[in-house]
Amino acid sequence: MKVEDAIEIVSQTNPGMVRSHNEDSVAQNAACGLVVLADGMGGYNAGEVASGIAVSVVMTEICQHLQNASPTDRDDATGDELGALLLRDNICKANASIFQAAQSQPQYAGMGTTIVSGLFYDNRVVVGHVGDSRMYRLRGETLETITRDHSLLQEQIDGGMISIEDARLSKNKNLVTRAVGIDAEVEPEIHLHDVQVGDIYLLCSDGLNDMVEDEDIQSTLYAMQSNLPLATEQLIQMANDNGGRDNVSVILVKVKGEFAVPRGWLANLFNWFKK
Amino acid sequence: MAAKLILSMDGVVLKEYPLNKERMTIGRKSHNDIVIDNLAVSGEHAAIVTILHDSFLEDLDSTNGLEVNGIPTKKHFLQNNDLIEIGKYKLKYINDQTTQANAADFEKTMVLRAPVKQAAPQVEKGDATASFMRTQVNANATQSADVVEKTGKFDIRPPVAPAAPAAKPASPAIAAAPIPQAAAVQILTGPNAGKELELVKNLTTLGKPGVQVAVLTRRPHGHFITHVEGANHPMVNGVTLGDHPHQLNDHDVIELAGIKMEFYFKG
Repeated sequence: MKVEDAIEIVSQTNPGMVRSHNEDSVAQNAACGLVVLADGMGGYNAGEVASGIAVSVVMTEICQHLQNASPTDRDDATGDELGALLLRDNICKANASIFQAAQSQPQYAGMGTTIVSGLFYDNRVVVGHVGDSRMYRLRGETLETITRDHSLLQEQIDGGMISIEDARLSKNKNLVTRAVGIDAEVEPEIHLHDVQVGDIYLLCSDGLNDMVEDEDIQSTLYAMQSNLPLATEQLIQMANDNGGRDNVSVILVKVKGEFAVPRGWLANLFNWFKK
Repeated sequence: MAAKLILSMDGVVLKEYPLNKERMTIGRKSHNDIVIDNLAVSGEHAAIVTILHDSFLEDLDSTNGLEVNGIPTKKHFLQNNDLIEIGKYKLKYINDQTTQANAADFEKTMVLRAPVKQAAPQVEKGDATASFMRTQVNANATQSADVVEKTGKFDIRPPVAPAAPAAKPASPAIAAAPIPQAAAVQILTGPNAGKELELVKNLTTLGKPGVQVAVLTRRPHGHFITHVEGANHPMVNGVTLGDHPHQLNDHDVIELAGIKMEFYFKG
């Protein structure tokens, strides 16, 4: 099955109840199997600009590259798969673009953005992220976070300074330790996960997970898994019902079928003819 | 504004201590930041580690120990209005920064990072933003993070006015949304007729996956029913619902997959 037939994607972004403008950006392309979400920061409209650049660079560059290549191709030098490489390289490219724009235009000084992106191919998903935007996975009844925030709070949790229960009470929630576009270089965190039919992947900005308990996210995704647009709406509504203090963005990806890249001599022969 | 401790004994306030150092010690000996000269207090009794807006209290293996809000504690993540007791002395922890300024601004995401190797001109370019953060950070930064760069709108924040004394406790991140009146659904027909289902969760699923599913959602201003899947939509009081959530009133009759049930408020 082609990836575009195997996955269903629904996304929505909302300014929330307090903020006057939306600094989040989301994009999706089922044909490439790519979803991107970014949560911008910076005064005036610089936050939107930063998240907008990040999303469009990653989306257009990767989709363009994949027109003539397969994400399973291996790089000759490193042996890494193209999918993971593309994600890493283009997050870095987005970083450079934002950093340059911020340097050259005073009104954009200091802007930056978080990013979380998933590229689905060959029954897997490669996930790249920077900052505190997250990806969750619902498999069966279990909801898990599959990204680890780049935040002061997460570092404190890892260091054993603060328990996960106490972390909810922290006043240092909004401090990220990594962001795209703040420095000349950035190191995205890239991981590859196997995908199972029935999985639901949730990408979200902190406007969701700061306002809605994981338990409620889980029950919503589980109860509404057959109706993704409704689930998306419900998640955003819950964040807003709880105060909606930040922009809230949600992308849901449901895996409906297998999407393995064809292998074996027949496929190779077919590919050979295509060239 | 930094958090502070208010030292008192027998209801009399003795002194206020701003928590303006990364680590502050409490003890009997004079080299402590907070000196309590009493034999019940150990030489070095406790320490408070402050990281930006969070403070942690730690007992330094003191002889007589300490209590927070009446509970003996070795290590504690301090919350606004916590009461630390050391012998007859009481220390009240005050950290109401979210009520002192526009909470929304404080919640804006910021980047925290170690000093940048190359001179980053955009940091220096700054305006009130950078310098405000610089001072704030110098007051209570950790060593690993000397620069907090606020990219939000700190500069246009109204001047900090003294807060009304603890008008409301600093809200936890997940605001406890007002929970609407308790409600339940009683099944009227079918094999489970008579059963009552109390709506204690924010989301309750009704129906059978693959056939017909609806959810009851609990929101601050009431209970709603929404169609999720299935060719047939649920009915309320004989009227078929659309795709949008429908608010439920007391004694509404829901019909779903051939089963009738009644929604009502409790108590």
